[in-house]
Formats: sequence, structure tokens, C-alpha cells
Amino acid sequence: MPKFDETPIIKDPAVNGVLRAPGLREHASTDVRCHPSKPKDTAAIDLPAELVPDWKERALAKFGELLEQNQALRVYMDICVRCGACTDKCQFFLGTGDPQNFPVARAELLRRVYRRYFTPAGLFPDLGAASDLDEDLLRKWYTYFYQCSECRRCSVFCPYGIDTAEITIAAREIMASIGVSTKYVTEVVAKVYQTGNNLGIPPAAWKDNCEFLEEEVLEETGLPIRFPVDEAGADILLVPPSADNFANTDTMIGYGKLFHYLGLSWTTSTYCNEGGNFGLFLNFANLQKVNRRIIDAARMLGVKTIIWGECGHAWRAGILTPTLSGPMDMFDPPYPYHISQFIVDMLRKGAFDGRLDKSANDDYLVTYHDPCNSARAGQLIEEPRQIIRAVCNRFVEMPPNTIREKTFCCGAGNGLLTDEIMPIRMAGGKPRAMAVKHTKANYLATVCAICKAQLPESMHYWDVPVKVGGVIDLLANALKL
Amino acid sequence: MSASDIIWTLLSLFFIGLGYFAAFAFAAGMLWRLIGYLRTPMPLPHALTPAPKTEGGAVLRVLGDVTLFPNLFKADKWLWAGAWVFHAALAAVLFRHLRYFTYPVPGLVLYMEPVALFFGLLFGAAILFLFWRRLGLPRTLYISNLPDYFALALLGLIAGTGLMVSYWLHANLVDVKGFILGLMTFHPVEVPRHPLFLLHLFFVLILMLYFPFSKLLHAGGVFFSPSRHQPYQVQLRGKRYVNPLER
Ligand code: SF4
Ligand code: SF4
Repeated sequence: MPKFDETPIIKDPAVNGVLRAPGLREHASTDVRCHPSKPKDTAAIDLPAELVPDWKERALAKFGELLEQNQALRVYMDICVRCGACTDKCQFFLGTGDPQNFPVARAELLRRVYRRYFTPAGLFPDLGAASDLDEDLLRKWYTYFYQCSECRRCSVFCPYGIDTAEITIAAREIMASIGVSTKYVTEVVAKVYQTGNNLGIPPAAWKDNCEFLEEEVLEETGLPIRFPVDEAGADILLVPPSADNFANTDTMIGYGKLFHYLGLSWTTSTYCNEGGNFGLFLNFANLQKVNRRIIDAARMLGVKTIIWGECGHAWRAGILTPTLSGPMDMFDPPYPYHISQFIVDMLRKGAFDGRLDKSANDDYLVTYHDPCNSARAGQLIEEPRQIIRAVCNRFVEMPPNTIREKTFCCGAGNGLLTDEIMPIRMAGGKPRAMAVKHTKANYLATVCAICKAQLPESMHYWDVPVKVGGVIDLLANALKL
Repeated sequence: MSASDIIWTLLSLFFIGLGYFAAFAFAAGMLWRLIGYLRTPMPLPHALTPAPKTEGGAVLRVLGDVTLFPNLFKADKWLWAGAWVFHAALAAVLFRHLRYFTYPVPGLVLYMEPVALFFGLLFGAAILFLFWRRLGLPRTLYISNLPDYFALALLGLIAGTGLMVSYWLHANLVDVKGFILGLMTFHPVEVPRHPLFLLHLFFVLILMLYFPFSKLLHAGGVFFSPSRHQPYQVQLRGKRYVNPLER
């Protein structure tokens, strides 16, 4: 029995893995909201703890500033023609039927305010589809800009590439500046500054976990495979999502086996053992501050190169590193470097020739879920597939309109992986679940820690019996050490 | 001077004034808006991937968007067809209007005379289709707002009056052309004494006034969409994306 209110979730099954657009169910998900931030977290990350008294003026000032500083926002505020092409593309609409989850309707929540205060249409609000910024609208912002996972799927289908994710990012930035933010996101960012990672694992526990993994792998393989921590002078700094050290340990073991096999010296850092960057879901200042920790950690340890682990939004933020944190010329190219790209490069160089036993994965019928962030913001589409094909005999793709650049978000990306909005997560996870069900696969591979946390829950909810795991996990299975 | 002469003179003054004002507002408005887009920085790389890796590739991607509407094709075949026919017919109709603005008229414009009516009707039909689509589908009905209907209605009125003065209640071509060339050479003359033509002209001038300040600006804005016009060059040597605000 699910423990949450299922009202907003549409239960009809999909045909052939494809969802038809549901009928409209106005206000279906209007009451599903994230918990607001706690003062101790907002204080730690330099944000107002609660709605500031002059919030309206400050919100509009922030909006104006963003319009001056962000070409995407400025252009996207103007040029939407409300053609409707995006209306049936968002997993949160498909799962809830709430028309406010149309990408265009979501964007209109901000556009109405834009028209009211920044264009001549504001002189005739009723004629010009403009609205005052009032508490009612602010509540809608808070609801629906946190029912968007910034996945960019809508952008793929918009004739102008209007990226509702960018509009959501701007709206969340405006809200953060006036004291409106979610507990989940601010808590995670605050933890990064305290402990170096999203999960709040202190350095000692991180080391313990790594030692524990060493023992476990020794037992399993009889090999002294290491999980080094803070080793100055190592060649590679791995920035995994911290969940790999904690929940997705098979992926962590995969990194260890891989580097052991290749004979490379590597390390993680307790100053920055997190590739993920929740600043991306909150505001620019924190995005930049969290990102800089990666470069700082790499400098402190004197590594030659940085490799990003299996995490979608970590990679989306990772590719911004040279922009956010300055040139990376002191590192060996290519940079930023994703673990999947690294493995594909090694495959090409023949590093695994004759040492991959594909049959080790024969129990699995594997399908691959493109994390929205790595596919649509990080150009990472072929590499994971190349790896899977190299290490598995049985690989099947989901229906074409649900993969690659058209992939669905797992349903909990970019700030939504929090239990109080479980109905939204399960509704948003429906398109992916239906597509997986269609393939009859029993192993759902992906390269994202958030997906790896959400998918087991959504697959269970939608009754899809499938094991969720990393691409590296499969490689590690097949690798003859 | 008869009463009707006075009215026509007043009307002429009105249209001459509105004509110059609309032309100025259109040109200045477009320049102002588009230069605004051009000058607004983009702090972070924003290409929607998979994206081309070269600037040339990105230019081709945008040109593809502008001419073929590939994203609409992926999204909704009927909408793609309607939108594409609408824009193609509009382009054809606008091109044919060169015959009112040029002397001598380019050969190509004259050659298309036999198919001009076809394009005019196609344009009108596409408008009707788009209007029906707005009202007929619950999803588009939900998102459509007053300005959306206004823009379509205005275009419909322009198409309707335009077709009528061309193929039914003919306006005198020489008068029309004389009036327009007069405006263009800053030697304005009296308006053609043809109410329906004046109505057509009036709607067009309103459209020109409205254009730069409305969603119709997508016509220029489409060139400034960072998710489409940026190449993906993250791992290319020497192509570090510098935040323009930190320069
Ligand atoms: S597809 Fe683009 S232009 Fe069309 S309604 Fe959606 S955001 Fe607006
Ligand atoms: S970015 Fe993704 S979640 Fe947000 S509106 Fe677009 S499709 Fe929906």
C-alpha cells in the first residue's frame, strides 16, 4: 500500500510504452508542495529564512536584473506563441493531467508578471494577459516551479527551443532571493558546505565506508582493490555523487575495479566528495560556490585530472566548470571528463581487449535510461550505450520517443527527490516506468544517482519488476580482473 | 471643395500620418528589441544537446529551425503542416506585394501572378486552421490568451480584405501604387478612394505597430535562442565559455 495521497496520479496504463496525452484535470496537483526551508539551512547558504517584508519589490528587482543578464530568459519571455507543441511533452503533465504542468503554462506563470511590469501590455493587464505579482501567484510559483524537474524535454519540441527549465531556474532564483525555497534543496546545499557532500557524510565516515568496501571487494575477488581517500599526488580525482559511497555501492565498487584493472592512481577527496550540485536548483551564487569546491579539491591534492562519476546533474554542472570556476588548463585534457567518456576512450585504445566476459551479464536483459541532464545538457548519449554494448549480450532500447534527446526525466530530478511530493514523483515517473515495462527488461541501467534513487521506487509503484543500477556496475561484472 | 473631398483629404492625412508612424514604430521597435536581445549576455553555456560542435553547425541548426520547423515536426505533424503552410504562404504573399513597392517590378514577382490567388487562399486557410486548432483542442484552448486571438484575427482580417481588394472589389492598382510610392519617396499623395483597400491598409498598419511589442517578435527572436544558437564546445581546446558578466 502506498503511504501517500494518490489523487493527482493518473493510473491508466500506456499502450506499447507510449503515453497518450490525458484529458485535462485542472488543479489536480495544485496541493502537492515541497516543505519550505529551515532557517538553519538558509542561514548557512546566505538566503533569507522567510518571506521578506518587501518581497514584491525585491522579486521584481531580481527579475529585472535576470532579464538584463540572461539572454535565454529575456528571449523566452517574449517569443512563445502558445502553439501548444510542448503541452503534451512534460512527464509531470502526462502523469497528473494538471494543465498547469504544461511547460507553456508553467512559463506563463512568470510571463504574466513579465508582461505586467516589464512591457506595455502591463498597462492593460486584462487585455494583455498580464497579472499582478501577489501572494496567490507566488504560491503557484512555489508549487509549479517545484513540479518542474528542469529536464529540458519541452525544449526539444519547441519551434524556438524555448527552454522551460531555464525559466524554472530563473523563477527559483527569484524566489530564493525573497526567502522562498524548499527544505530539501537548501538542506543539501548547506550540507555540502559542512561536510563536502550532499548526503552529509562526515570525512571519517567516508573513509570508513571506503575501507569497508575494500574489505568487501577483497573477500569477493581476493584482490587488494583500493578506494583511496585524500591521497595527495594521485593522478585522478574522482568526483562521484556521494550516494555511490553510500547507497549505490555497486557503482563505487565499479570505479574501484576499473581503476585497479587499468593500474591508475586515483583518489576521492573529503573536501569535495560530491559531483552533484544543488546550487543548480537554487541560485547562481550557490551553483558557483559549490562548483568551485571541485577545482579547489583537485588543486589541494595536486591531481592531474578530474573525472566526474555517474550523476546526471553533476555532469550538467560539471560542463560549466571552466565557466564557473576558471580555466582548467592545469589539468590534463580532456576536461571536464565524464567517467563514461573515459571508459569509451579506454575501450577504443584496446585497454579491455579480451578481458571482457559479456556472458557474465547474461542474466540481465538490459535497457538504458538516459538521465535528462546528461542527455540534453551534457551531450552524453552514445557513450553509455557503447559501454553497455561492449559488456552485455542482451541490450534492448525503449520506444524511440522516450530515449536519447527525447528521454523522460526519472520523475524526481533537479530538486524533486523528496518524499513529501511523492505523488508528483510517481506521476512524473510514469512515462519512464511504462517505457521500461514495454521492453520487459530486468536491468535498468543509468548514469545518475538521482535516477538510481527514484527509479526503484517508481518502478515498484508502477509494478515494473526491474533492477536499477549503474552502467559501471555492468562493466565491473564483465571485467576479468 | 465638396464634403466628400474634405473627408478624403482628412483620411489621406490620417493614413499618411499613421503610415509614417507605423513604419517608424515597426523599424525602431524591431531594432530596439533585437539589439536588446543581441546585447543581453548569456552567463553559461546553454546548448540543448545533442548539439553541433562548431559555430557553422550551430548556424545551420538555426537556419534549419527557421525554414523547416523540425522541432514542430517531432512534436505534432498537423501543427507542423499548418504552421509551415501558414509561413510559406505568408512569405509568398509578401513577396508578391513587391509589385506595389517597386518600379519596375522584378520579373519573378510578375511570373508568380497566375499562382498568387492560390497562395492568398492558402494563407487564409492556414489562418482558419490555426484558429480552429486554438479553439478546438482542450490543451491549446487552455493556454490561448487574448493577444493570441487578437494576432490571428488581425491576420485573418488582413488576408480577407486583401483577397477581396485583389480579386473582387478591385482597387485601382495605379492609385494604390502611386500612394505607396508617394509615401516611400516622401511625396505623399491622396489615398486611393477605395474604402476596402483603406481597411486593408489600416489593419496592416496596426499589425506593424503591434508586431515588435508582441509574440509576433518570434520572427526575429528565433535567431537569439541560446539553446539553439550555441554550439556545444565544452571539451574543445581553446573554446572555454567565458561568462560575459565576469569579463
Ligand atoms: S512549444 Fe514553444 S512556442 Fe509553442 S507553446 Fe510551447 S514554449 Fe510556446
Ligand atoms: S523542463 Fe521538463 S519538467 Fe520542466 S516543464 Fe519542461 S518538460 Fe516539464
